[in-house]
Amino acid sequence: METVTGHVTGINSNLANVSFEGAVRKNEVGYILVDDKRLKGEVIRITNGVASMQIYEMSNGIKIGDPVEFTGELMSVDLGPGILTQIYDGLQNPLPELAEKCGFFLQRGVYLDAIPNKDWEFTPVAKVGDSVSAGDTIGTVPEGIFTHRIMVPFTLKGSDWTVKSIKEKGSYNVRSTICVIANGAGEEKELSMVITQPVKQPISCYEERLKPDEPLIMKLRCVDAFLPVAKGGTFCVPGPFGAGKTVLQHMEAKNGEADIVIIAACGERAGEVVEVLTEFPELDDPRTGRSLMERTVIICNTSSMPVAAREASCYTAVTIAEYYRQMGLNVLLLADSTSRWAQAMREMSGRLEEIPGEEAFPAYLESTIASFYERAGKVRLKDGSIGSVTIGGTVSPAGGNFEEPVTQATLKVVGAFHGLSRERSDARKYPAIDPMESWSKYPGIIDMDLVEKARGILRRSIEINQMMKVIGEEGTTAEDYITYQKGELLDAVYLQQNSFDPIDAACLPERQRIEFDVLYEALMLKYDLEDKDEIRSFFNQLRQEFLDWHGTVFETPEFEAQKNKITDFFKSKALA
Amino acid sequence: MQKVYTKIESIVGNVITVRADGIRNGDLALVGDSYANVIKLDRDMVSLQVFAGAQGVSTNDPVRFLGRPMQVSFSEHLLGRIFNGAGVPRDNGPALKDNMIDIGGPSFNPAKRIVPKKMIRTGIPMIDLFNTLVESQKLPIFSVSGEPYNQLLARIALQAEVDVIVLGGMGLKYDDYLSFKDTLEKGGAMSHTVMFIHTAADPTVESTLVPDMSLAVAEQFALEGKKVLVLLTDMTSYCDAQKELAITMEQVPSNRGYPGDLYSMLASRYEKAVAIEGAGSITILGVTTMPGDDVTHPVPDNTGYITEGQFYLKNGHIEPFGSLSRLKQNVNGKTRDDHRALMDGMIKLYAQYKESLEKKSMGFTMSAWDDKLLKYGEMFESKLMDLSVNIPLEAALDLGWEILADCFEPNETGLKTSLIKERWPKTLDD
Repeated sequence: METVTGHVTGINSNLANVSFEGAVRKNEVGYILVDDKRLKGEVIRITNGVASMQIYEMSNGIKIGDPVEFTGELMSVDLGPGILTQIYDGLQNPLPELAEKCGFFLQRGVYLDAIPNKDWEFTPVAKVGDSVSAGDTIGTVPEGIFTHRIMVPFTLKGSDWTVKSIKEKGSYNVRSTICVIANGAGEEKELSMVITQPVKQPISCYEERLKPDEPLIMKLRCVDAFLPVAKGGTFCVPGPFGAGKTVLQHMEAKNGEADIVIIAACGERAGEVVEVLTEFPELDDPRTGRSLMERTVIICNTSSMPVAAREASCYTAVTIAEYYRQMGLNVLLLADSTSRWAQAMREMSGRLEEIPGEEAFPAYLESTIASFYERAGKVRLKDGSIGSVTIGGTVSPAGGNFEEPVTQATLKVVGAFHGLSRERSDARKYPAIDPMESWSKYPGIIDMDLVEKARGILRRSIEINQMMKVIGEEGTTAEDYITYQKGELLDAVYLQQNSFDPIDAACLPERQRIEFDVLYEALMLKYDLEDKDEIRSFFNQLRQEFLDWHGTVFETPEFEAQKNKITDFFKSKALA
Repeated sequence: MQKVYTKIESIVGNVITVRADGIRNGDLALVGDSYANVIKLDRDMVSLQVFAGAQGVSTNDPVRFLGRPMQVSFSEHLLGRIFNGAGVPRDNGPALKDNMIDIGGPSFNPAKRIVPKKMIRTGIPMIDLFNTLVESQKLPIFSVSGEPYNQLLARIALQAEVDVIVLGGMGLKYDDYLSFKDTLEKGGAMSHTVMFIHTAADPTVESTLVPDMSLAVAEQFALEGKKVLVLLTDMTSYCDAQKELAITMEQVPSNRGYPGDLYSMLASRYEKAVAIEGAGSITILGVTTMPGDDVTHPVPDNTGYITEGQFYLKNGHIEPFGSLSRLKQNVNGKTRDDHRALMDGMIKLYAQYKESLEKKSMGFTMSAWDDKLLKYGEMFESKLMDLSVNIPLEAALDLGWEILADCFEPNETGLKTSLIKERWPKTLDD
């Protein structure tokens, strides 16, 4: 195929206008040749025979007349064994390799292979003569603890393809041909372990989508019990800055009971990615005993990296997530933050001089956010195995105001809402998820009726607290005051969790159930207390005992002893 | 080789347009005697922003393209010197021309960063104890105009143990510039300080260059292994200058007239803060004045999402609420075993004090517990929050325990029993 070429006719920050000869597709990738560098860009609009390209790199030094080469390919990622443990930028450039090549700084125009060039132990599954279609498994390789399926490219069209030849069991290079397929028309295709997938096309080679009804355990008490997340579901975490969004996401990345975790650091601080990079290899995954890094992929397009690539990074991440779902695995994708991604869209929209919508966001903001979250889901694959992609996105609303367009567009499409509040974080109540405003449509690990009753006490407690601000403590009855203290207790010892305490940081579901039962009993009892000071000191003591209980190791004599101590303590004051 | 163009097509605000060929995006040019850089190309129309302002520029002024982007000279000779936003000396020293480096260079590879682990001691308990400053952190001081933010900045600069201080001033009042200079000179810090100063009287465009100049220089020092502290004051002036420019360029404004890429613009500057493996580090301490004490204003709001925390300066002290150092967890686990617990515990109690205070102001009867909180709050404010307090961290921790013991019974503090046994200054009953 002849390459289509063109030349630059205008440049405004990271938007280049290119006049061209021949055919150009919308969203195809092109390279601008500047000196000896090739700068990647994507065609986002064609008007009057001029293609507008967003450039994924810094645009300094580009001049009018610089040649442009179009590739004819849509913006794509490479998929294959070796993705796990990688750290990519938004365009799937491996950052450590880039550092080896270019040193401390990110040089533009350097693109490296995303899939490491190594040999894998291949075991064929398909046989010569088998008929295959897009997404079928032709063989497997072991990737860490997972059986990585080598599949027919998801973009393969037609159904009359058969295997013409396939390599025997053995070690092959990741890019060598391992299988040849042919169709009725006599076309042949050589397949290797690496396939290319356009990032903006969802992978849909499955039988059916299922209802997300199984909880995805995060080992966070307030999430698992009160605001659960389901495998294949979606949730969003909006919050003002400093409310602990990122710490919360890191906790979820560490403790979430998913097979694979993909962290998309999209337009956020580089330092936070570094924390993950240094911490995760040292931590063990309690489920497998292997390093946490072995189940993690990081897509890192931090705030100082070029804006256009930031928009691509969320798509890169979700495409990799979908790829692993095709292997029957549960994937958790954590995107931090989708607001930055939306802002990247806004910047481009502004340069294209599109008519702005609310707060200058483009009119297609809502549909774009919706189609991103819709790529989550629990699916039954053709071989009957179940896989899921769960998407959790943080939102950084301007001024912490949830009425802004990105938060509102996100709330419409997610299944759980974990809203962080400034009041809670100011009072150091972490995780600062607002228990009243937040909601979840998924089932959790504890009987929903009991949770609702507990939530009722909390709601009442907040009301009483509001009332006390008006009528004062002396005007409050002892009964109301006890309810108020019960709500405070629930908040302090169950909803709050210390993510920096080695024991309290991760609370197993079994432990959560036991702690909830004890607490629930304490909340439902009536107490023989009249004097406010007496009530306060009783609840202070009870809180203290619970906090000390959090510090004991689960299933040890100390844990049991403290449990009994607490129960005896509150029962001693209870009304018969 | 240098072509001279003498037909300026349009002059709008500080942006001029001229027809020229073969010009690169971002290149520097001379319009008359003042520098300008290329910000937009459309076929043969080249738009340039004139650093010194387009006032008085004539349509037949010569435009010379220099064929290189904006640069700054880097060497040891910078130390002790003062420049303006365009890199021209403000003091009476000679202009520096050696070893020119590009400003606004590429971003640091995240894979090459290291986790910051060193605390920067300031002697201010509200920082050291409650929101520890960490080497390579980027942290703004959110302040209402009229607060002593520049004094605070200068004090931290003097007390922090760093190798090089780079001060970037944007829209500074001339007096503030002089007092910075005086303070640093008297404190003996001028010999390892470089200043890029744009005062409120200077052309607006120059202020947009100050952060890039300061950070380009800081980056070079850091690569040489120096611990660099960059002070940027005031970033709101910088953003306002960018707003002015964006409006001139007819960009669609996003929020209160600020350009849509305000976040990216600030982020690419603040993200220059870094700890480099085997070399030095850059710590950025900025000032963001909040117009009308409104933290939801686009500048403080976007800044808050970028930086690793913020110090709120209000009523002459650093507010415990809202102030946050995100990196404190990296260092405060290793200072003293009671640091974290005391930090959280004392703030929680202070939050309750605020509630009691509110009740009191509404005229409710104070319970015994309220009285305890009121006593605690007053002690906390006078002994720890006051900006004039200058004590090392360890002394501040001990003082914290004393205040607690003065006001409360151990089980009222919400602290772990084991810690109380070890640290409670008074003898316990049991």
